[in-house]
Amino acid sequence: MPDEILYAAEAGLNGLMAGVLYALVALGFVLIFKASGIFNYAQGVLALFAALTLVGFQNGQVPFAHLINAIFGTQIHEFGWHLPAVVAILLTGAVMVLLAILIERLILKHLVNQAPIILFMATIGLAYFLEGFGDIMWGADIKKLDVGLPQGISDTVESVTDSLFGYGFFIDRLDIVATVVAALLVLSLTLFSQFTKYGRALRAVADDHQAALSVGISLRFIWVMVWSIAGIVALVAGVMWGAKSGVQFSLSLIALKALPVLMLGGFTSIPGAIVGGLIIGMGEKLFEFFVGPMIGGATENWFAYVLALLFLVFRPQGLFGERIIERV
Amino acid sequence: MNAMSPEVTADGRKIGPVLMEMKSITLRFGGVKAITDISFDIREGEIRAIIGPNGAGKSSMLNVISGFYVPQEGEVWFRGARRPQMKPYQVARQGIARTFQNIALFDGMSVLDNIMTGRLTLMRSGLLSQAIWWGSAEKEETAHREKVEKIIDFLEIQNIRKTPVGRLPYGLKKRVELARALAAEPKLLLLDEPMAGMNVEEKEDMCRFILDVNDEFGTTIALIEHDMGVVMDLSDRVVVMDYGKKIGDGTPDAVRRNPDVINAYLGVAHE
Repeated sequence: MPDEILYAAEAGLNGLMAGVLYALVALGFVLIFKASGIFNYAQGVLALFAALTLVGFQNGQVPFAHLINAIFGTQIHEFGWHLPAVVAILLTGAVMVLLAILIERLILKHLVNQAPIILFMATIGLAYFLEGFGDIMWGADIKKLDVGLPQGISDTVESVTDSLFGYGFFIDRLDIVATVVAALLVLSLTLFSQFTKYGRALRAVADDHQAALSVGISLRFIWVMVWSIAGIVALVAGVMWGAKSGVQFSLSLIALKALPVLMLGGFTSIPGAIVGGLIIGMGEKLFEFFVGPMIGGATENWFAYVLALLFLVFRPQGLFGERIIERV
Repeated sequence: MNAMSPEVTADGRKIGPVLMEMKSITLRFGGVKAITDISFDIREGEIRAIIGPNGAGKSSMLNVISGFYVPQEGEVWFRGARRPQMKPYQVARQGIARTFQNIALFDGMSVLDNIMTGRLTLMRSGLLSQAIWWGSAEKEETAHREKVEKIIDFLEIQNIRKTPVGRLPYGLKKRVELARALAAEPKLLLLDEPMAGMNVEEKEDMCRFILDVNDEFGTTIALIEHDMGVVMDLSDRVVVMDYGKKIGDGTPDAVRRNPDVINAYLGVAHE
């Protein structure tokens, strides 16, 4: 087999795996958008906040240590314990649920029946608040996230591909784990929304608020549930990205990469978020591989956005989104 | 007539004690009075109609009963107790189901799923066992599904069970909405213009279903309609509203002879 094709296959495979991570972030957007029609600008910051909290718990950091020390003149920084990864992840999950309850109580409850743009603005505010709050709570330094996920080149993949094609593929083991986790997450979310009463209530709320109320569904409960799920999806995304590139402010910017994914997949479709993520991930790697050298490289920075732009022109509802038809 | 004693109607159905009572309800939107000082009751097992010309405040009244509107004055009594101010979903959980004049179904979901949402308030298993689909959750789902299938048979919509509601014609949508309300096994069923926009054949079907529901399940029904003819055949007692006021209350025959009602519907002869 010609080397060119093998290299392309390797790049495409790596792109697919990166796409899974894009899809994870996009998934959080879709969940909230479907259930409440809110475009949640804070989704990326949620992932950052979750990752910060996870690292904080793991290392036994004292929350608000800087603040406490500045006010009381003390010198405390750490509790001096080291929590196992599983415990820290569960605790962080609980914090994300608590955060969802607070968001509903303090923000959403007061904005019922407001125009979508107002709710959107509120989530921008939330994003900036959480960013600062995360800094005060856990400190602004770049942190290393290690929950024991395997990293580095996968020897199995390399030896198998080497014996098959005479060329070993370089695939990061972390990417493989991320793919498996994302697949499990999507599977369980789909099962939950299709086959449980809460999933059914969630779809009902997404479809028609008034009708949902009339069958006894509490909108507030559903919103707390949706934001909790989005928080936990953010946690998973935060863990994966954090393990890959460290926990730092730029983590919140991965939300920007989710935007083209959403435009491709449609804002209302969970499969759309997945397929959109995969297409963008693979597309940008292959584009870089084939076209990049001809035009001087660095196409990965803009490829996704240009693709999204093309979709906006020719298919604004995305691949899987619902076509919006207003009755006049 | 003693209001509290059970009685039997001409066709042999039992009418029980008072289920719901509206006491001096007044509802304003800003300076506009939608309902002015209206009182009436609904008794167990009866079909109670609220009629009146367009804009009389019928739908507003239904929205007060189902908790979508909160009246400025007056009291709502349900099952012998005064009802505190409630959210619509809380009212639904008390056992009051409703349909809407302009149909509020979940368009993206199948007929079956739509009707299953009607049983949400009756499902007991918790979030966790639902999430991992373990223990009681599966058994419960099966039991509820059986009840829903009965309702589907009853309303003769077996062949559209899996169809997304958005694709159905108007008349069938109305029937699915009725099915969803019935699935909640309500103590009181509120129907907002169940026959609106239907052709004669569909109207006859709907009438038959309403009578059958009342007859076989013993469900108390309060319905709104502005087609006089339909209402008179269907209901045990009728409240007549006009410009937000109550102008008549009684059996269909009594209401039909009421001069105020005749005026509201036919206009006053000016001399």
